[in-house]
Amino acid sequence: MLYARLITMRLFKAVIVLFMIVIFNFCLIQLAPGDPAAILAGEAGATDEEFLRQLRERFGLDQPVYVQLWRYISGIATLDFGYSYRQQVPVLDLIMARMPATLLLTGTAFVLSLALGIVAGAMAAARVKKPSGSLIMALALVFYATPLFWVALMAVVLFSVTLGWLPAYGMYTVGAGHTGLALALDVGKHLVLPATTLALFFMAIYTRMTRASMLEASQQDYVKTARAKGLAPRVIQRRHILRNALLPIITLAGLQAGQMVGGAILTETVFAWPGIGRLMYEALQQRDYNLLLGIFFFSAALVIVFNIITDLVYRLADPRIKEGS
Amino acid sequence: MTSTTDDPVLSIRGLTIALPKGADRDFAVEDVSYDVARGEIMCVVGESGSGKSMAANAIMGLLPKGVRAVAGEVMFDGQDLLTLTEKQHRKLRGLRIGMIFQEPMTALNPLMRVGAQISEVFEAHGQFTPRERQEKALALLEEVGIPQPEKAIRAYPFQLSGGQRQRVMIAMALALAPEVLIADEPTTALDVTTQAQILELIRDLQQRRGMSVMFITHDFGVVAEIANRVCVMRHGRIVELGEAEHVLKHPQDPYTRALIEAIPSDVIPEARGAETDTPLLEVAHLDKVFRSRGGLFKPSREVRALDDVSFVLLKGETVGIVGESGSGKSTLGRCVVRLERPDHGTLSLSGIDFSALKGETLRRQRHRVQMIFQDPYASLNPRTRVGMAIAQGPIANDVPREKALAQADELLELVGLGGTADRFPHEFSGGQRQRIGIARALALNPELIVADEAVSALDVSIQAQILELLEDLKQKLSLALLFITHDLRVAAQICDRIIVMQHGRIVEQGPARDVFLTPREAYTRELLEAIPGREHELAEA
Repeated sequence: MLYARLITMRLFKAVIVLFMIVIFNFCLIQLAPGDPAAILAGEAGATDEEFLRQLRERFGLDQPVYVQLWRYISGIATLDFGYSYRQQVPVLDLIMARMPATLLLTGTAFVLSLALGIVAGAMAAARVKKPSGSLIMALALVFYATPLFWVALMAVVLFSVTLGWLPAYGMYTVGAGHTGLALALDVGKHLVLPATTLALFFMAIYTRMTRASMLEASQQDYVKTARAKGLAPRVIQRRHILRNALLPIITLAGLQAGQMVGGAILTETVFAWPGIGRLMYEALQQRDYNLLLGIFFFSAALVIVFNIITDLVYRLADPRIKEGS
Repeated sequence: MTSTTDDPVLSIRGLTIALPKGADRDFAVEDVSYDVARGEIMCVVGESGSGKSMAANAIMGLLPKGVRAVAGEVMFDGQDLLTLTEKQHRKLRGLRIGMIFQEPMTALNPLMRVGAQISEVFEAHGQFTPRERQEKALALLEEVGIPQPEKAIRAYPFQLSGGQRQRVMIAMALALAPEVLIADEPTTALDVTTQAQILELIRDLQQRRGMSVMFITHDFGVVAEIANRVCVMRHGRIVELGEAEHVLKHPQDPYTRALIEAIPSDVIPEARGAETDTPLLEVAHLDKVFRSRGGLFKPSREVRALDDVSFVLLKGETVGIVGESGSGKSTLGRCVVRLERPDHGTLSLSGIDFSALKGETLRRQRHRVQMIFQDPYASLNPRTRVGMAIAQGPIANDVPREKALAQADELLELVGLGGTADRFPHEFSGGQRQRIGIARALALNPELIVADEAVSALDVSIQAQILELLEDLKQKLSLALLFITHDLRVAAQICDRIIVMQHGRIVEQGPARDVFLTPREAYTRELLEAIPGREHELAEA
């Protein structure tokens, strides 16, 4: 009941925020140099004024800015994000075609980094001052400090080129015509390298944070109380230390989850993963502003959604946070 | 020094516990021997750093990292606890020896329901089914006197008061009916009336269950209240050991005598009264309501922290504000220094309405009222040298840097810490830090000092020294002092007048002597009766 009310409130605020983001993005794009019509015309090999005028008219680029903005906003209200200048397809169709691939990649990476990071962090905290604990921390530092694209390239060199275990790029084997389980397996194989690469960085952060947070929690008075009860160290670690240590992790995980749409450009490019990141990169190159605005909208919406989810999870995890405070 | 009893449950012999290298001394406790007899309450008394809790931690196998018992033995039921493996020790903890701690606010896991935390004790020792555990937990909560146990069992710790949490801790420690209960300063963080209730509960349970209690405290008042025998410790050694009655009346060791004397007695100094009758601070009809911000769909909650509070403080006078937590006494202090803005009412400082000042004018006037805070550990910036910490106020008020620093040196001299200006706060003890806090307040030449529980966090002997210093400075600099405390006895020692507060209202005010010796209101009497050890006659100085 409480949650229903809270969610309604939050969604109401989200719509306002989203509206402001749309206006802001639109104005930002207006400031960008380059005329989309000129680029389109240039690619078509035409330079004649009449053709340019026609293009501008077709996309409404000849209208004053405020009219363009109004048209854009009223379009979004009906889930019409306009046409991609370049590909002559509705923006929504383009984004929806790429969305599953991106969510599959980033979602896998998210779950992977969170799960492995917490486990590694908890292990490192339990083995503090032991070689195994230090090893975990050293590895985490390496992954944290190494640039993502380099890790990706090296992974390709090692696992695809040298060992030949995993495919180097793409989402599935082109022309194999797999269906059902075979297709899932094929996609899974293609997923391993990009997902792991993407996960490593956040995994390193979760590892370091979980460890620090657990070491801090283990100093708390309630841990001494738990020991005085005669509880086994394992139970104390899990029930008393880890549970309290996870609270700051939730905040961080919410931040990472918000990056799921827009945060994989580099990985998608290196592994030729047909996702939103690459779509965005191409749109940028081609001054495909309508498409770009559409992608911005969806990534902003996702950030807001995950913010709300994070808040709810935090409330579930920590009874001290009451509604509205 | 040894004292044997007929039937010891716990028997500590020649216990020596080594501190890690680099500590201020080699041994936390050295060659300590005492018994805890069946069915008695043994009080271990000492000031901070005396090593009084160390033996208890050794008994529980909960010594901090790097701290080890290097000699001696702790016999319990025919086995030496110091030789147990961690696993063997774990079987004893909670089952045969229970323990409760000082800070009820932090000693419970904030994310677990009370019932689950109690059930855990049974779970740890593999007893009963989950359902039976809940039933037992409920019975325990009832036994320790928590109101509405069916509700409390589903509550999270933050929903309970400090006293209730300490009751939960006791319920947990007693869950498996241990033979020994170790209580490490269990009432230090509580209000006097709550403290009295918890002490009574512990004594009551101890008698009903016939268990032994090892009670660690710094407060001889508490000793007088509950102890059968007492062991006084200093610098890791026992200085006196014997029957509580005997030690309290005829302390042999000078240190024990000093500790007992340091407790503010019932002998109230003659009222000195203010030298003048010019009012310095006139507080009239002060109101302050705290609202938790309501949302669009949520009603806001109101707490009336100050309700029509009026009083006058004369020049050079010391007025004590006494009350329990939640009485509004700290809010009053914060309003007087204008850290908080009252909703209604006036606060005039020699005729200027201090509560109406704003912005730059307020900033210019702020130096006239200064505050000394409760926690000397938290109120000094750990990365600022103390000389600078003191000089910052004057510098902000346009005193040249060199001059302000020179003044800081003089002030440190004045509070007995000469030549320490370039040290950092962590190099000082709690009492010394409070002296620095006083010097900091004095640096701005205030007319009025508000001391909010300024001695509550200190050991009794240090407390006495700080009170003396305050009194001395007050005379020398003709200051007025607003002394906020929960401790009526301390207030009676140094205040000219006392104001008793409850629920944001002034319950009683009058000369210290009258309020302390012939209180008019029932609540004041209640507060006085709750002071531990009051009806016992402590040793004559």
